[in-house]
Amino acid sequence: MIPERTKALLLPVAAVAGLELWARAIDLQSDSLAPPSAIAAALAGAFKDGSILIATRDTLISAFAGLLIGSAIGLALGIALGIFHIFDRLMEVTIEAIRPIPSIALLPIALIALGFGYRMEILIVAFACIWPILILSRAAVGGIEPRLIEVSRALRLSPVDRVRKIIIPAALPRIFLAFRLAAGIALIVAVTVEIAINPIGLGAAIMTAQQALRPDLMLAYLLWIGIVGYLLNAGLVVAQRHLFGRAALVGDAA
Amino acid sequence: MNRSVLYWRAASFIVAAGFVAFWQIIASLRLVSPVFLPGPDRAWASLLRGFASGDLWEKLQGTLAHMAYGWFVASIAGIALGAMIGSSRMMRSYVAPSLEFLRPLPVSAIIPVAIAMFGLTQGMALFVIAFGAIWPMLLATIHGFAAVEPRLYEVARSLHMSRTAVIFKIALPSASPDILSGMRLSLTVALILSVVCEILAGLDGLGHWVLLSARAFRSADLFAGVILLGVIGYLTALVMSVAEKRLLRWRSSGH
Repeated sequence: MIPERTKALLLPVAAVAGLELWARAIDLQSDSLAPPSAIAAALAGAFKDGSILIATRDTLISAFAGLLIGSAIGLALGIALGIFHIFDRLMEVTIEAIRPIPSIALLPIALIALGFGYRMEILIVAFACIWPILILSRAAVGGIEPRLIEVSRALRLSPVDRVRKIIIPAALPRIFLAFRLAAGIALIVAVTVEIAINPIGLGAAIMTAQQALRPDLMLAYLLWIGIVGYLLNAGLVVAQRHLFGRAALVGDAA
Repeated sequence: MNRSVLYWRAASFIVAAGFVAFWQIIASLRLVSPVFLPGPDRAWASLLRGFASGDLWEKLQGTLAHMAYGWFVASIAGIALGAMIGSSRMMRSYVAPSLEFLRPLPVSAIIPVAIAMFGLTQGMALFVIAFGAIWPMLLATIHGFAAVEPRLYEVARSLHMSRTAVIFKIALPSASPDILSGMRLSLTVALILSVVCEILAGLDGLGHWVLLSARAFRSADLFAGVILLGVIGYLTALVMSVAEKRLLRWRSSGH
């Protein structure tokens, strides 16, 4: 009986070994594929000259700045909509009209208003992050045990205290789940904007490698982007489990 | 009850109209340069003009076609692969962890690879959109197959059903809610990737239209394109959720 962990590793290892052997056997000359050994060498080279670190920094700055702005707006709106049902009902049409606009469609608007660089990317990432946070925090606030609200009334808490002491702590596990989803979206949108048009960060670097006909470097960047995405998600899952215990992961199925 | 819902809906529309009016006032007073922000009147006029001349209509069809082809290919491939992997315990333990590792990869990162393989062509767009849209369906199908009530499999075994029969008569119907919600997610991904591919490869579609309008500082055309993309996003999600409700009606009917 082979342990599960080994089984999981078997396929990637076999794929890498197979590609390496095949590339050597036919002496691969291609614009789109490279043997894994060359990809590893290109990745090491990019780390040595620091270019990949600068690109990673640029992408992460844009993604996190956008994530924070979008989360703040989404959270404020989500909590307000969750508390005041009148407000929620009045804003319904407006929100449902703006939400389906694909974030990437804002790219040309951001481009003429802000030009290339961090700001336009942050704007688009922020727009994309508002919605999951808004929707999930609204649901989280709406789903708070009504007795807690009654308690806050009985204690005559001020509205600010009610939000700070009762609502946010009670809804926090689900809000953090929303934040984790939004962080994934932020990275995706940041890379997409860079690939499409913005000449900074990992997305621009991978496009440059493609245009320079360096498949080894291009695939090295692809691998690295995958690793960054994986680490971001894994880190947030660990944080979620650490902060809220196993109970917080129950909502994951939703 | 019903009447009060209607009133609230009407009030909500009035609020939205208020926002549009606010936008009109900002634009008319030129608080923001009209180069960046056209009023809703100009955006609407541009929308009508675009449809009257057939230009916008053509771009709309282009984007819808990219989206639909990619999504369709991804649906078939995703459900077929998912059924293959999900219905066998061996495949699940060998293949599923690799797929889980690939899931957080920003799919747009595959675009340069696709460009290197296919050039700036329709084939590239099809590949990218299908590749991006396949994940939600693939993982949802695998999950749905893994979560089938084990007793149903026991029943199938005692009835001596073939593997194909088990897939079509038991596993697929039982996994259908997961699969359909995966398909709904994929639709959004397909729209976004269509726009990105059109921007990058200059393919005929709304993505290309909004980029050209921005480059020429025709902000009214740009906003018309963005509004149209929002309408596509809204309508496709609406159609999908109606279809989902109809297709899943048998589950709630009780039996």
